[in-house]
Amino acid sequence: MGTRQIELEVMRYNPEKDEAPWFQQYSVPCEEDWAILDALIYVKDNLDSTLSYRWSCHMMVCGSCGMTVNGEPHLTCKTFIRDLPDKVRVEPLENFPIERDLVVVLDDVMQKLQLAKPYIIRKDDPPPEDEEYPQSRAALKKFKQYTMCINCMLCYSACPQYGLSNDFIGPAALSLAHRYNLDSRDQGKAQRLDILADHDGVWECSFVGACSEACPKNVDPAAAIQQMKVDGTMEWWKQKFGLTGDKP
Amino acid sequence: MKHIQADIVIVGAGGAGLRAAIAIAEIDPEIEIALISKVYPMRSHTCAAEGGAAGVKLSDDSLEMHFNDTVSGGDWLCDQDVVEYFVEQAPRELVQLEHWGCPWSREDDGSVAVRPFGGMKKKRTWFAADKSGFHILHTLFQTSLQFPSIKRYDEFFALDLLHEDGRARGVVAMEMRSGCFFHFSAASVIMATGGAGKIFPFTTNGAIKTGDGMAMAYRAGVPMKDMEFVQYHPTGLPGTGILLTEGCRGEGGVLVNKDGYRYLQDYDMGPETPLGEPVFKSMELGPRDRLSQAFWHEQKKGNTVPTAWGDCVLMDMRHLGAQRILERLPMVHELAVSYVGVDMITDPVPVRPVVHYMMGGIASNIEGETPMPGLFAIGETACGSLNGANRLGSNSLTELLVFGKRAAAGAAAFAAENDYPREAPALLAQAEAIVARVRGLLQKSEGNESVAGIRGEMMNSLEEGAGIYRDEEGTEIACKKIAELQARSAAIKVNDKSNVFNTDLQGLLELQNMLDAAECVAEASNARKESRGAHQRMDYVERDDENYLKHSMAYRQPGERPRIDWLDVTITRSQPGVRDYSGDKK
Repeated sequence: MGTRQIELEVMRYNPEKDEAPWFQQYSVPCEEDWAILDALIYVKDNLDSTLSYRWSCHMMVCGSCGMTVNGEPHLTCKTFIRDLPDKVRVEPLENFPIERDLVVVLDDVMQKLQLAKPYIIRKDDPPPEDEEYPQSRAALKKFKQYTMCINCMLCYSACPQYGLSNDFIGPAALSLAHRYNLDSRDQGKAQRLDILADHDGVWECSFVGACSEACPKNVDPAAAIQQMKVDGTMEWWKQKFGLTGDKP
Repeated sequence: MKHIQADIVIVGAGGAGLRAAIAIAEIDPEIEIALISKVYPMRSHTCAAEGGAAGVKLSDDSLEMHFNDTVSGGDWLCDQDVVEYFVEQAPRELVQLEHWGCPWSREDDGSVAVRPFGGMKKKRTWFAADKSGFHILHTLFQTSLQFPSIKRYDEFFALDLLHEDGRARGVVAMEMRSGCFFHFSAASVIMATGGAGKIFPFTTNGAIKTGDGMAMAYRAGVPMKDMEFVQYHPTGLPGTGILLTEGCRGEGGVLVNKDGYRYLQDYDMGPETPLGEPVFKSMELGPRDRLSQAFWHEQKKGNTVPTAWGDCVLMDMRHLGAQRILERLPMVHELAVSYVGVDMITDPVPVRPVVHYMMGGIASNIEGETPMPGLFAIGETACGSLNGANRLGSNSLTELLVFGKRAAAGAAAFAAENDYPREAPALLAQAEAIVARVRGLLQKSEGNESVAGIRGEMMNSLEEGAGIYRDEEGTEIACKKIAELQARSAAIKVNDKSNVFNTDLQGLLELQNMLDAAECVAEASNARKESRGAHQRMDYVERDDENYLKHSMAYRQPGERPRIDWLDVTITRSQPGVRDYSGDKK
């Protein structure tokens, strides 16, 4: 297998000694089938052990290795050398404070996931412990897409609204709330309404769709947010007229 | 050093750690839980499990059959009381996940679907397409968010166990963001840090699987059990080692050599089954150890296919058709396209065996208890002897749940019964010593060895000496090599002197942990002079129940080779017999 020399331009930042982020160049002999993550691993193991970045699974499922590659948010294990020019710029995800080099601070989005109340909420008792809820394939299909989120946070990095103000609860948390709202086993939609429909929730989204474009798992948060706007309006009217806020 | 007081410390927030945390929170919301993880919980390697979780579900199946499959799959090295408890609790735990919102795949009637898996006599593997581990992990993580008593310490790297008078008392951990050290004290500690696949060069395991919990326990004097049993998964993608789930074969995929011949029939797993109609416990649905060993022989015979990434066999799934592949196996379809450029709908995929799972680990029992009072171990880091000499695919995800819950109950009871003084000067001194050790590594300014260099030599030495087939000479060389690398690792200099997210320092600490795990693997492989399950010795080709129907127990002896003891296997009702993978055709 042939190798190709890639000029990697990597953003560095060490808060203990750097006043501002800066770029470091590495020349990396890349195998044809490598992803950008493999090039970073090469740097770490062979050229500069002080470079810090997050990674684990190298199979697009753990969500650790999101970075900005040539200006766009990507999972670096899923961004292949074969699709890139000879010069590649790697920066941390945008819209987050930089913790160190390519590592960003995720506190804010971790709290937002929690705000979505991403768990089954019941008013009725669940079935006995040896009995499942029945759920048709059609009912599963309704929310399945929104279960695919790996929390890589590329959508927050792409979101212009979150870039303006991190008061906005944001795409992944909204999709997650929507996922549980749509689950036939859940009865907690009303409880998620207040958090999601107020001024920091769905109404802040300007529907640019950048989140869905950035999503490496085709979750389509933009669609979730649009559906929630409709749901939110319906709930508001239902509650105003004293109707139940839950699905049958 | 900052001090955190909790009732129970859990190290590791993957499937096992999260299940335990939820169970404790449900037992008593007053119990303070510190859940420490070196990564955010959703990054834990449980997310990479694909195929599913085993539990009896259909009316033609029985607990007895699940028991028998597990015990014979484990080549009779399983503790049978553990297996009995496991098969009984498994369905309940899988339903519990369903109640928590796990998006299990469904049958037409709305019930949860099950698929066939290797070594299983019936369909009993619950699955969520081919991302079962991912969905289990996220369901558990999201469910855990509703319990205020679970206090998370994400991206805290645990360094070592604290113990006093032979009893576990907490851990010291480093906060990655600040480099600050934290002294966690607790009445009981649960280790749930996962496996150590990264000690081998070619593995399905993520970068984080460095055997941290095993090494922490080992250094504290707790024995490692059955470490010679390392599972090779027969179908990894060449190059990256990415897993192509056993579900591929469960759905009907077949393995062929360079001549298009289904070679498994030559290795006691025949007769050949009709294409697209897999037969339980035969051919491609044989157990993982046998399939990986068959590859080794095909390679020796020159029957493998040379590729840019080395020798492979081919997994042919074309007969399944696009619809079934995309519905049941969408992720592996994408992975094969992305990483080896093969579309399994139109072409066979090159695959080869790849290190996947450690059957061995921290010695633990049916309660998740280790020999050290107050220390519990669950999941892949533990060896509770459910899996014996060879784990059956889809038993380990269920194991996380069943024993995560059980150990939680034990840890909570232990914490309730064993209060201790909150001020403990001896522990503080121990904690200071741990911190001094790590600070010493960071400050060292001289040294001509590197983390990547020693790590590479360790991996190659294990692959050569303790791979799919082993012998006296090879394991002896590996043991000496690992000891040499341990000595040489003292000359590693950490170039990064920063306190903030220092992955250079973390890499060295992980390497030290891996070397401890590697030592146990090499030494136990050397000590077990028989062939059983995943441990195959060319110089002792038969199973030897007279001498080795026993668990190996490796005890650390600083500066010397570990001491290997032997512990009897618990047999309740199944005497060692012949492992039959002919699909009842013989």
